[in-house]
Formats: sequence, structure tokens, C-alpha cells
Amino acid sequence: MSRLRKIFATDTYIIPLVAILLGFLVGAIVMLIGGYDPIAAYSALFQRVFGSSYDFGEAIREMTPLMLTGLAVAFAFRSGMFNIGADGQVMIGMTAASVVGIKLGGVLPTVLLVPLAVIAAALCGGLWAGIAGYLKAKRGINEVITTIMLNWIALFLSNYIVRTFLLLEGQNRSEDNPASLSMTFLFSTFDNARLHWGTVIALAAATFFYIYLWKTKQGYEMRAVGLNPHAAEYAGMNVGRNVVKAMFISGVFAGLAGAGEVLGVFHYQSVFAASPGYGFDGIAVALLGLTHPLGVILAAILYGTLTYGSAGMSFGADVPPELIRIVIGSIIFFIAAQGIVRWVLKPFYFKRKKEKVL
Amino acid sequence: MEILGQLLNTTLVFSTALIFAALGGIFSERSGVVNIGLEGLMMFGAFAAAVGGYYAQEAGMGEWAPWVGVLSAMAVGVIGSLIHAVASITFKADQTISGTVINFLAAGSTLYMVKLIFDGSGETPLIDGFSKVAIPGLSKIPVIGEGIFNSYPTTYLAIILVIVIYFILFKTPFGLRLRAVGEHPSAADTLGVNVNKMRYIGVMLSGLLAGIGGATITLTTTGTFAHNTISGQGFIAIAAMIFGKWNPLGAFGAAVFFGLSQAIRNYVQLFEWSKSIPQEFIFMIPYVLTIIVLVSAVGRSSAPKALGEPYDPSKR
Repeated sequence: MSRLRKIFATDTYIIPLVAILLGFLVGAIVMLIGGYDPIAAYSALFQRVFGSSYDFGEAIREMTPLMLTGLAVAFAFRSGMFNIGADGQVMIGMTAASVVGIKLGGVLPTVLLVPLAVIAAALCGGLWAGIAGYLKAKRGINEVITTIMLNWIALFLSNYIVRTFLLLEGQNRSEDNPASLSMTFLFSTFDNARLHWGTVIALAAATFFYIYLWKTKQGYEMRAVGLNPHAAEYAGMNVGRNVVKAMFISGVFAGLAGAGEVLGVFHYQSVFAASPGYGFDGIAVALLGLTHPLGVILAAILYGTLTYGSAGMSFGADVPPELIRIVIGSIIFFIAAQGIVRWVLKPFYFKRKKEKVL
Repeated sequence: MEILGQLLNTTLVFSTALIFAALGGIFSERSGVVNIGLEGLMMFGAFAAAVGGYYAQEAGMGEWAPWVGVLSAMAVGVIGSLIHAVASITFKADQTISGTVINFLAAGSTLYMVKLIFDGSGETPLIDGFSKVAIPGLSKIPVIGEGIFNSYPTTYLAIILVIVIYFILFKTPFGLRLRAVGEHPSAADTLGVNVNKMRYIGVMLSGLLAGIGGATITLTTTGTFAHNTISGQGFIAIAAMIFGKWNPLGAFGAAVFFGLSQAIRNYVQLFEWSKSIPQEFIFMIPYVLTIIVLVSAVGRSSAPKALGEPYDPSKR
């Protein structure tokens, strides 16, 4: 019992929880100012997610790419880099999965086709991010600027490939992709919600993230480079190689997110009108999850629940769904500016200290 | 020749917003505070300009209405930037994170308010915005006259500000203090410069300028504010700032470069030979070129030394 209390008494758990509560509070205040009923809105939000098995399944589908892009951004962060390019890496991953799935569809048996499409997506996503890592390591070029540029290049390159090689006659999308990650056996349980293996891949990726960074020598080096590249270099570590490797792994996570979306959800790839925004959600999820794999999973669950539920909020209580971005933004704000949360918590902290003396 | 003038003119139209936002970014980052939130600050500005301009127009202010839009954008930009300033300077939050917060809050709150004010519509009503002003005499010069001296007032303002801000940053005591705070805050502190105050000013100026940048887009290009009005311009402005090595003149050059490549996209399709090149590759040009230029010529970026570090006097 005392051990349990110890776990829950540490800042790591309390501050995010209080930040989430404060975030909801800000959302409620904003709704009150706008003349809406926050209680009706929040209950409509959770009603939407947990109300039917279909919606619950769809919410899980929504969380999946968030987990992977969140892991991508978090992994880069841990190694001292800001990967704004997860968006482009997702698009490249999607395109790779589409090319392999559609072009080799009739040639390879499914047992080989699906893994190959997933691996292609992961590798291409990794290589795409690796470009930014390489330019940072070899030329000292700021990864923020290269990943922004690579996002745009990925958008146009993907559209070019889909339009030129994969187009379904007369449509603005690719042919149907025969490779599928759908969890068909669960479809009936979840009332045909589009659940897919990408969710399992995401959980495996989070496990890999944890083991690699905290249980291996390579991961230790990577964290050291992230904490202080100069000290790491002085200790004899090859900073450049670690930077490239970290970006590659980060891109692999994002590429897998793309594979999940194309092979598990849509089963074709559209020509993008604009950047799909997965990467930017990933930044939010990574920050909400304090760049820790377990945190990222929990953050993706929260983020997915809120975004998926926000549609219900607008039906049920007429609140514009954009409100949810204010809630998420506030939560991240309070997590980042922990001083404010500590100040809110101060009275409780004093109380507990007194208890200890007794 | 006529096309050349038009191309130059369109280039400046596209560059103007980037110039403002990049100049804003320079103020913030020169003072040592990373500003990944330029995108959100531009969104605040674009929104405020659309709403402010709309009400001013309704009130019958005629051609002064867009200026009311600009003023609202400045005010809202500064307020938005204060969130970033409080979190990252006073509460020593990770600056990248609190900048991201701005982007989130801006995307959410602007659309929320648009729907609230305009009865659930996702877009503000169309307003007139600025019209182009030809400068007497100068606008008669071939190519350049059509290209530069027949532009929106905001474009003139942007070009003037580039020079003014260059002067402020590198030739005035204020600029010296601002840069000192970004390079070596503890030394600046020792010499009696109030580090946090300078950083607040830097961040607030970035909100002000990025706000005008956003306003430029609604008041010259789109005429309304919707969810996709900004769509990445703030991030391009960050790129322009880094590309221009945190120097107003450099950022100006980079912004014009990005504006040019956007303008080329519009013009290149007029030519017969462009049909043989897939349009996607034409769209890619600016971004590929940026990377090539960075690799070949510019090399290591020279960010302010204390960029991203909260100032802690006890570590002096």
C-alpha cells in the first residue's frame, strides 16, 4: 500500500493529471463564455466514444496513428532533435505501402505481400527522416527547416506517384490496395469499426522504444547525445551517427503509421489536397506523453478520445468541435509550465508534509 | 517584359506575410526564445484582421477598414504571444513546447470564435481588404514600376520594416541588449540588462509582427479567414528566418525566394513547355532548392547561443 501511494504521489503522475483537469476546466470556462453548457458538451463527448461498440472501435482506430507519430516525435526529442517532419514521413510510408501493395498484389501471396508492404513503409519513412538526420550530422543544417521542406516534398512526391503509377481511372485516388491489415475477425464484435493490426504494431513499437532507449547500450548513447551532445562527444560517442540513427528510427515509427492508415483503414491512397496533419498531432501527443513511450500511449488514448468525441460534442451540445483543441492546447500548456500546476497544488502538498511528520 | 513585372509583383504579394512573420521570429529568437508558434500567431492575426476589418467595414469606415483589421491583428498577436512568454520566460517551460501550445490554441480558438460570432459558419464573411497603391512617378519605371511600386500598402510597410528592424537590431542600444540577452544572458544581466524584460519584449514583438503577417493574408489574398487560411505559412516563415541566419536582410531574401517560387507556380503554367513537366515537380522546386542552397552555400546555421534556454540567475 505504501509503495502504491509512493508511485501515485510522485510529480510524474500528479502533474499531468492535474494539468488534464485544468485543461478541461479551461475548456469549460471557454464554453461558458460562449454560452454553451459544458457538462452537456463533455458528457456528449464521452457518450460518443463509449456509447456504441462501433464508435469505441473507431476511436481506437483514431488513436493508432497518433501513437506512432507521437512515438516518432518523442524518439527524436529524446535524441535531441525536433522532428516536425513526421507528417512527410507518414505520407512517404503510405505511398510505399501503396506501391508495394498495388504493384505486387497479383504477384506475391498475401502472407508475403502484407509484411513486405509494411516493411517498405517503415524503411521509406525511416530513410525520408534519415535525410534530415544526415544533413544535420554532416552539414549542421537545422533539422527544423529540412523536415519542413521534406514535408512539402513528400506531399508532392506522393501525389505524383499516386497520379502517375497507381491512379484508379477517372478518380482522384489510387486503385484498391489488395494488401490489408484489417482485423476482420474483430469486425463483427465492433460493429464493423475499421480496426487493424496497426494498433498492435503501435504497441510493439512503444515496447521497442522503451527497451531500446533504456535497456541497451545504443539507446544509452542516444539519450546521452540528446541530453548533451558535447559531453557525449567528449565521452567518445559518435554524435553524428547517433543523430542519423535516431532520425531513422523516428521515421520508421511515422512510416508505420502511414502503413496502418493505407492498409488498415482506407485500403487506397487519395491524392492529398493538403498536408494531412498526422505529424502535428504527433507533436502534441509526444509532448502530452512527456516523450516517454508509456506516456505517449496514454496521451494518444486521451487525444484520440477527445478528437473522436469532439464530433459528438457538436451534435449533442452544439459546441464547435474546435473547442477540443483549446482543451488539448491548455493541457500541454499546463504540463509545460509546471510552475503553475505546482502553485495550484501547493496547499495539498503542505498538508501531506504535515501528515508525514505525524 | 510585362510578365516579368507581374511575376515580381505576385512574388512580393506572397512574400509580404512571410517577411512580417520572419521579422517577428527574429525578435523572439534573437532574445533567446524559440518561436515555433509563428504559425499560430499568424492565425491569430489573420482571424483578428478578418473580424476587425469586417466590423470596421460594417461601421462604414470604407478604405480605412483594413487598417482597423491590421491594428486588431497586432493586438491579438501580442496577446497570443503573451501566453508563450509567460510559459517559457516566467515559468521556464520548454520553449518548443509552449510554442506548439500557441499553434494549438490558435487553431482551436480562432475557429471556435468564428463559429461563435458568425452563427456556426466556418468562415468569416468576405471583406474588401487593401487595394494596390501606385506610387506616382516610380510606378512608371519599366518592370520594377509594375513589379514593386504598384503594390499593397502592407508590402511597402514590410520592405520599410526590414530596413528599420535591421537598424534597430544592429545599430541601437536596444538591439544590442536584445541580442546580448540571446547570446549570453548572464553577462547581460551582470551589466544591468533585465533579461526577462528584454525577452518579453522580443516575444511580444514577434506576436505583433506575425499578427500583421497573418493580417496581410486575409486583407490582400483571401479576403476571409477559414481553417486553411494560414496552412503552413508560419512554418515557412520559420524556415525563412533560419535560412536568413536570424538577420532581417537575410530573412527578407529568403522570404522573397519562397514568394518567388510560389509565384512561379502560377506563371509557369502559362508556358507551353511546362506541360511536359509533371506539375508536382514544379511545386517541389522551392523546397528542393532550399535544401540544395543550405547544403551547398549557407552551411552551419548560426543560431543565437542561448536560444532555447530559460534564464536562471542562480546558475550564473
